[in-house]
Amino acid sequence: MTPRRRTLLPRSAAGGPAPPASGGTTRSAAGRRRTSLARLALRRVLAGLATLLAVSVLVFVGTEVLPGDAASAVLGRTAQPAQLERMRELMGLDRSVPERYLDWLGGVLTGDLGNSAAGYAQGTEISIWDDIRGNVANTLTLAVLVVVLMIPLALLLGVLAATRVGGTRDHAISLGSLAVVSLPEFIIGSLLVVVFFSWLDVFPPVSLVPPGTSPLERPEILVLPTLTLLGATLAGSTRMVRAGMVEALRSDFVQMARLNGLPERRVVLRYGLRNALAPAVQVFAQNVQYLIGGIIVVEYLFSYPGIGKELVDAVAIRDVRAVQSIAFLIAAVSIGVNIVADLFVLVLVPKLRTGRA
Amino acid sequence: MPEALRFTRTGAGAVGVAILVLLVALAVFGPFLAPHPLDRPVGIPYEGPSADAPLGTDFLGRDVLSRTLWGGRSVIALAGIAVLVAYAGGLAVGLAAGYSRGLLDPILMRAADVLLSLPALLFLLVLVTGLGSSRVVLVLGVALIQLPLIARIIRSATQAQSVRGFVEAAAARGERTSAILARELLPNIVPTIAADIGLRLTYAIILVASVNFLGLGLQPPDADWGLMVSENRSGLNLNPLAVLAPATLIALLTIAVNLVGDAVARAQGVSATAVGARA
Repeated sequence: MTPRRRTLLPRSAAGGPAPPASGGTTRSAAGRRRTSLARLALRRVLAGLATLLAVSVLVFVGTEVLPGDAASAVLGRTAQPAQLERMRELMGLDRSVPERYLDWLGGVLTGDLGNSAAGYAQGTEISIWDDIRGNVANTLTLAVLVVVLMIPLALLLGVLAATRVGGTRDHAISLGSLAVVSLPEFIIGSLLVVVFFSWLDVFPPVSLVPPGTSPLERPEILVLPTLTLLGATLAGSTRMVRAGMVEALRSDFVQMARLNGLPERRVVLRYGLRNALAPAVQVFAQNVQYLIGGIIVVEYLFSYPGIGKELVDAVAIRDVRAVQSIAFLIAAVSIGVNIVADLFVLVLVPKLRTGRA
Repeated sequence: MPEALRFTRTGAGAVGVAILVLLVALAVFGPFLAPHPLDRPVGIPYEGPSADAPLGTDFLGRDVLSRTLWGGRSVIALAGIAVLVAYAGGLAVGLAAGYSRGLLDPILMRAADVLLSLPALLFLLVLVTGLGSSRVVLVLGVALIQLPLIARIIRSATQAQSVRGFVEAAAARGERTSAILARELLPNIVPTIAADIGLRLTYAIILVASVNFLGLGLQPPDADWGLMVSENRSGLNLNPLAVLAPATLIALLTIAVNLVGDAVARAQGVSATAVGARA
């Protein structure tokens, strides 16, 4: 069915290669597809949950390879044996590893992230969720801002480069993105601070957000973190969009559309971009993974009170439970984004629904 | 020109190689040229450039030039070793999975999926929490992050080769699996490795430098470019060179490695972007 669809494409111009519903001509096929789409979606979600479960084991085991150490790491070297004993009890280190794992996982799944060791060290109980609630909102603000700017920009630059393959415009965009894609986030960020703070003095080098307020109240503090993350993610996305577009524009159906006399703009947007979009969506999802790593670094660099900064602080003092819970949350988001992207691609490219290797 | 050096014929490849050679020379010989000891102050903190300290002083008043000359070794060496370890593991896993007809393949690949579903830096932070900050943890962590990606690439290259005639002929001759893997398959996936290795190295450098920047890798008073950027951030207005010098060198290093990797990949007829983006 797939190859024939392709050759038919130029004539059913309005439909394009990838529309979910292209009129009533193939209604029975569409009906069959819908059930299989639901099944594929279900399978993808279940696989994602299984992965998350495996990741939870990985995170737990990874952080607790040296179990006895956690209490002394929090209290420091001057701790008395009696203090250590009590700390171990509070942190639950006197119980077996599987017991602790199930306890933690059950808590996380029901919304109880546990108490931070930093709180125990101060002699009180600090719930990790209460501690990070504001940070989650701050991080989401930053992440959404970056994604909302990154996707249209990547599509625009990628299409601009791909429509002039080998030209000056293409070379400038490709070389520029190759240079930027290889830079660590903290280098991009530090260089931006040198330019925009030390030299021009227009944006602050740190992005502190007082507790209880939103970073959006002082948008100037978001500029440099956003620019840094855009630099880190935009370059990779642009390269991928360009690659996808170049391939799509070389294909038979684009040639056919051109030969049929369609205006070039319509050919590029309707036939090229639509087909380049499927790989691009997965690249964007991948980029969310880099974005997560980048956010951790950028929040630390700008002292932005987000979940990444909280995580680095927790790692620095070996607050095992806080690291586990925050890492699990971040991993869950990352896996979730990838599931959504895969589902989106399934809707976008009917070809993929026919069977899987 | 030997076949293996064909990639230097492109402008970008030649520039990349030149920068890379300079930087490696800097890392190897730089410490012998350092005018001051690493851990002793030569002036007040964040002094500007002077005859005695051409790049000024850092947050403890130490000589930035000397520390910059020392600071490249750790990044280059740790990232290089990590990539070698990752390739050793990734080759073994990828060849085994690609040539296996049994359950080994799906099991190994699902394990790779799980490792890959964690953002790289997050995985490193989890490891550091459990094992502490040290060079060994850093190398091991970066290698473990790269391993599944390498294994995936090697696996698909192996699968593509293993149905070819000369492999089936070797199997029909009754050769041992290890001999088939080493003599028939491995030489034929070398181009795939060559196209991929620059990308792995770039990413390893980024990760090593980032963890050092976060203060969770090498510990003071070690001199390391990533750590230096982090340590001297607060004095940007007093002596920006203390940040700019190491930051520029890291930038040059990653760009050069990426340029070389890209040129090698193109010379092999494989576009680096086809192999994978940053990870």
